[in-house]
Amino acid sequence: MDTMVEVIYLLSATLFVVGLKRLQSPATARAGNAIAAFAMFLAIVATVVDTEILTWNGILIGVAIGGLVGGITARRVEMTDMPQLVGIFNGFGGAASALVAVAEFLGTPTIGVGTTGVTILIGTAIGGVTFTGSFLAFAKLQGLMTGDPITFPGQNILNALLFLGVLAVGAMTLGAFGGQDPLTMFYVFCGLAMLMGVLLVIPIGGADMPVVISLLNSYSGLAASAAGFVIGNMVLIISGALVGASGLILTQLMCKA
Amino acid sequence: MPPTLHTPLMSGANAVSGIAIVGAIVVAANADGTLQTVLGIAAIAMATVNVIGGFMVTDRMLAMFRKR
Repeated sequence: MDTMVEVIYLLSATLFVVGLKRLQSPATARAGNAIAAFAMFLAIVATVVDTEILTWNGILIGVAIGGLVGGITARRVEMTDMPQLVGIFNGFGGAASALVAVAEFLGTPTIGVGTTGVTILIGTAIGGVTFTGSFLAFAKLQGLMTGDPITFPGQNILNALLFLGVLAVGAMTLGAFGGQDPLTMFYVFCGLAMLMGVLLVIPIGGADMPVVISLLNSYSGLAASAAGFVIGNMVLIISGALVGASGLILTQLMCKA
Repeated sequence: MPPTLHTPLMSGANAVSGIAIVGAIVVAANADGTLQTVLGIAAIAMATVNVIGGFMVTDRMLAMFRKR
């Protein structure tokens, strides 16, 4: 059964590539989207088959709530509001990846310095940045807050300090310096990562927001990929990296356009 | 690639990043304790919004392009 699951994962990852490729040409775009959706279906089926699921209730409740919210929003939203909708969907995706990493950390808070610990922190950080950054981008485009760039003196210095702070707290979370409570440090780490997402987006004006959303989309792919490394899931690693890479390329194309 | 396809492609790629749902299912299935269960289910719900909403809205955008 394991080989079968791996083969389906590989097929699914390949179909994601084919789907995204077809999305780049007007004639094949709609079919490309359908192919990618089918690939997602395959990956989910393979995962359900591969995972020993004891209680279905929680999973089905989660899918039902998410499916209803996603489906209704996708149907009802105005065409002019598309960029912010993609933004908020992306925020949910980033949050999901972050939560996967967070749940893994909570399972083994005294994980210590090592590949798994670092991967968990990377997944949490990128997912957290994507989460708050995307919701802020949504708020700006939706007019929930000013679309003007928000800048203040010392902003770059603050950003640099914050980044160093994230690194330091991350090291403390893994017990690199000894003495600190890993769980407390981890919560601080999550908070700082989310603050970083906010600070990333506030200095950018509403008109440039679609480019930012494209960049954050790339981040959510990387977050998914990191989550894949955390739980050792191949399709998550490959597809996440695919979105990360294609998202970066698209961001560059949009900058030029 | 025509610029009009930028947003649909971004939206499609965004839906693919909902692959996080696979991780969420694994977490929810192996959850040990209430907190992990809640996190797993929340992750599933959010990833599903990303997947279902993402693919549906991409399709809606592309359907509109074809009519023009």
